[in-house]
Amino acid sequence: MHFGPHLLLAALEGLVTSAVLALTALGLSLVFGVMRVVNVAHGEFFMLGAVLAWAISTAISGHPALGFLAALVIAPLIVGAIALVAERLVLRRLNYNPEATIVATIGMLYIIQQLALSFYGPEARPVEPPFSYRILLPWFGYSGYKLSIIAASALLLIATWLVLTRTRIGLVMRATQYDSETAQAFGIAVGRVYGGVFALGAMLAAIAAVLIVPISQAHYLMGQDPLLLSFIVVIIGGLGSLRGTVVAAVLIGLSDGIISMFFSPTLAKIIATLLVAMVLVFRPQGLFGTASR
Amino acid sequence: MADKNGFFDLSKTAFASKTGLTRRTALKGLAAGAGLAVAPGFVRYSQAQSSAPIKIGFQSHRTGIGAAYGRWYEKTTAAAVKAINAAGGINGRQVEVIIEDDGTDPGRGAEVVGKFATQHKTDIVYGTLFSHVVIGSAPAAGENKIPYFVVSEGHHVASTKLNRYVFQPGITDVKSQIQSMAPWIAANAGKKVTQIFPDFAFGYDHRDYLPPALKAQGADVIAQIAIPPTESSFTKYFPQIPPETEVIYHVMVGPAVLTFVKELGEFYGSNRPQLFGFIDSLEATDINSPGLEFLDGSHFWEGSPRYAQPDDSAAQKAYRTAVGIDDNGAAVGDPKDVSTAAHMFGCWETLYVVKKAMEDAGYKGPEDRAKLVEATEALTAFAEGPEHPQGAKTFNGKIHQCFGIQNISKVEGGKLKVVHKTKIEDGLYEAEGDYTTQAL
Repeated sequence: MHFGPHLLLAALEGLVTSAVLALTALGLSLVFGVMRVVNVAHGEFFMLGAVLAWAISTAISGHPALGFLAALVIAPLIVGAIALVAERLVLRRLNYNPEATIVATIGMLYIIQQLALSFYGPEARPVEPPFSYRILLPWFGYSGYKLSIIAASALLLIATWLVLTRTRIGLVMRATQYDSETAQAFGIAVGRVYGGVFALGAMLAAIAAVLIVPISQAHYLMGQDPLLLSFIVVIIGGLGSLRGTVVAAVLIGLSDGIISMFFSPTLAKIIATLLVAMVLVFRPQGLFGTASR
Repeated sequence: MADKNGFFDLSKTAFASKTGLTRRTALKGLAAGAGLAVAPGFVRYSQAQSSAPIKIGFQSHRTGIGAAYGRWYEKTTAAAVKAINAAGGINGRQVEVIIEDDGTDPGRGAEVVGKFATQHKTDIVYGTLFSHVVIGSAPAAGENKIPYFVVSEGHHVASTKLNRYVFQPGITDVKSQIQSMAPWIAANAGKKVTQIFPDFAFGYDHRDYLPPALKAQGADVIAQIAIPPTESSFTKYFPQIPPETEVIYHVMVGPAVLTFVKELGEFYGSNRPQLFGFIDSLEATDINSPGLEFLDGSHFWEGSPRYAQPDDSAAQKAYRTAVGIDDNGAAVGDPKDVSTAAHMFGCWETLYVVKKAMEDAGYKGPEDRAKLVEATEALTAFAEGPEHPQGAKTFNGKIHQCFGIQNISKVEGGKLKVVHKTKIEDGLYEAEGDYTTQAL
């Protein structure tokens, strides 16, 4: 294949990765930004989203789009509810102590993974895309659904940004993030905000998973890669920075697509990790993060 | 930081209990110990080894990327053991299977072998599929001098790179499979072949043995594309496929295979090269899954056919009933639970080989393990029948490997139909070494 089409394919693949990564990493970033909780179980919420999408879409007969849309609404809600319960039962009891919550979320990771293995099984199962349109380019065919993921992710990111900057919910979240004690003094129910943010973070991961599941599949071990990549994105972009998360996600997604296509996937991972190291050395707060007070 | 919540304060925990061990707790412990000794599993047999069950340690991929295989390997093993026990067991003793999960991980695999040898004290270890687990575990079997019967496919046993305690008597190896199918590929699919394979041991067997096998038939491998086993998206590799490719030879393992085929479909559409795949790409996957229409008309290797064929032998039918699969190769009563039919027959057949070898050796217990190794090496052929439903096999005791027939199946109307069966001779090759020269 010639260089031009090759690059186009690489860029398209990279953008799809970026789109899903941006949503997943945003969830992780929000939870850390507001609660100072490093959620190691984030990838498992992603996996739960995909597994539930499979369960919901197979339960609903008729046109595949019906099942998919139902999954897109219901799966994140269920995952959000599970996250809320986990937050109430575990994280709150640990007083959001940074060290303790890391260990606790590692525990949650294993519990969720084993529950998925027990109830869902070890197989990778496919979910039918809501529509299957193949865009025919002169050099190769490309999935129309993959392109729609990019659009859907962009819309969701804009919506999240609007919620964070233009609504009272966003204001309360930002106040809690800025100084939780003062926020509490002003009558903000910080505990409730924490619960909501943790659920929202998990829901963003679940939505990303529902979007990707028709082009990959639901599998109980699928949470590991998104977790690792989200950490990379969040470190590069700056914790708690929405703009940084999106920019870093596009950067990592595109470099992954292009480097792994022209050179090797291993080199892409090496470069991403090197980038993290460089950022930690020269700009520990991340590209767009603000220095800690 | 200050431990204000007392997470690491051990003074409040039982570890620092001031009272220490009380008489009551000590008595409770004694009672529990006595209870354990009379519990089932602790039965003492009066004639010791003559009637105690023969213990087979099953190293199973319960979790990890091999989990779907592990589950069906367990079902097949349970069915075979049930049949063996109903017919009187081995040397008049019942067979008991002890399962440990290796997580489809070489390190844990080796630990599991050690655990079987020293803790469970099983007679043999058996059952492993994934090549990297076999390779990782084989030294532990050799060190513990415990016979290790694998149901893998890799060429690692037959290449004599492992040790004298490792056997693969129930399923053919990749080198043999490829060699017997290459003539069909060259004659029916095309002469310019691009290979796509996973970047680890099992894939390397395909990488190394397909080019010479095709060369002998006047065909060529024009490109070889290795894909990391953890990859979940494949489109980025497809530009490496040369445009003049006539056949794409694909062999993928693990959960991402379905994505591989779907993305290949999107990339090529209907204007695709011929496809020849190892069924490993689709084991435990419904061929009628969305996105797989693209496979219609393509061909697959199958060890044992997933779908019931019109010419199935009585033994094959009985085997399918025993392991609980229907005519489509799915679990009876659950059409969505598709089996790993192309591989799992190897468990059934291996257990019957173990039975035969133990009977030949007059096996009584772990002290006879060396005799068991020699008796297995002395085997030469297995006749097709209830004990070997996949077909007749020969066995080469020098390389611990069996040789059998292969099936080439075509995807037609959402089913796999066998279009060609190879002969045992097609897959024979010169032995690369001789395990029997190693000391026991």
